[in-house]
Amino acid sequence: MIIAIAPFGLLFGALAADNGFSIAEATLMSALVYGGASQIVGVELFGQQAAPWMIVLSIFIVNTRSILYSAAAGRLIAHWPGAQKALAFFLLVDLQYAETEREAEQGRRLTLGWYLGLALPIYLTWIAEAALGAAFGRLVTDPHALGLDFLVPIYFLSLVMGFRRRANWLPVVAASAVVSMLAYVTVGSPWHVSVGALAGILLAAAMPLPRYVEPSRG
Amino acid sequence: MSTTLWIILAAAAVTYLARVLGHLVLSRFAYVPPRVQAGLNAVPAAVLTTLVAPAALDGGLPELAALLVTGLVALRGGALVTFAAGAAVLIALRNLPV
Repeated sequence: MIIAIAPFGLLFGALAADNGFSIAEATLMSALVYGGASQIVGVELFGQQAAPWMIVLSIFIVNTRSILYSAAAGRLIAHWPGAQKALAFFLLVDLQYAETEREAEQGRRLTLGWYLGLALPIYLTWIAEAALGAAFGRLVTDPHALGLDFLVPIYFLSLVMGFRRRANWLPVVAASAVVSMLAYVTVGSPWHVSVGALAGILLAAAMPLPRYVEPSRG
Repeated sequence: MSTTLWIILAAAAVTYLARVLGHLVLSRFAYVPPRVQAGLNAVPAAVLTTLVAPAALDGGLPELAALLVTGLVALRGGALVTFAAGAAVLIALRNLPV
């Protein structure tokens, strides 16, 4: 999993340096924000001299999908003490969320040890990569041949397939796919993520309810 | 403090806000209606799909073939095997001499 994410940590570092961030600033941003796509959008806008509030707003928009993660994952860790939950939400990136749902689906009770065991290696690698990318980003001459730019979609598709036994999986995936592609070509990135996801979620909420709805766990 | 530092701190604040907001809102309700539950159960597939589909739209033959193989292998194999198969197809097709 770290292999799929690794190119993006390095890519962020390299882009940050390209757009005028120091190595320390790039590293600090990875440590405090810890949100791959939003950080890349942020430094690109910074390089284009966008107004600071525009940069911060764009980062928030890219991360609006976290609101959904937080609502969904919050049910799974509702039994944790407040401070543990506060820490867990800081680390709730795409991969962490997907793996948390998968762990819960297998009927295991989520523990802080399991959660941090997954999160901390990814988080620490992410920070180290920002520094490495900012320092040595230009050394990778042909990331395209190595497929680095497309490993994350492949990884996410394998995760999507992993949820295929859930209620209404196919209609949800179909609705999210079609609407996100439409939004991508009309409204543009990053709105396609929130718009597409909402389409799938609203469809799931509107579908006839199964006789037995999974109760919230934890 | 420099502008860059302010941007980083504000970005960190809004990102953390997004990561707690859904839970803060939802946990105020003692009872979560079945339709909201059904919607929340759809979150992982719905959101992750939006991170794949538009990338497929931009992709050429190697990218589409890689996604197809990923989808097929996922029907049988575990997550790691699936990812490795998709990545192998992508890298192989991109490096084919055409």
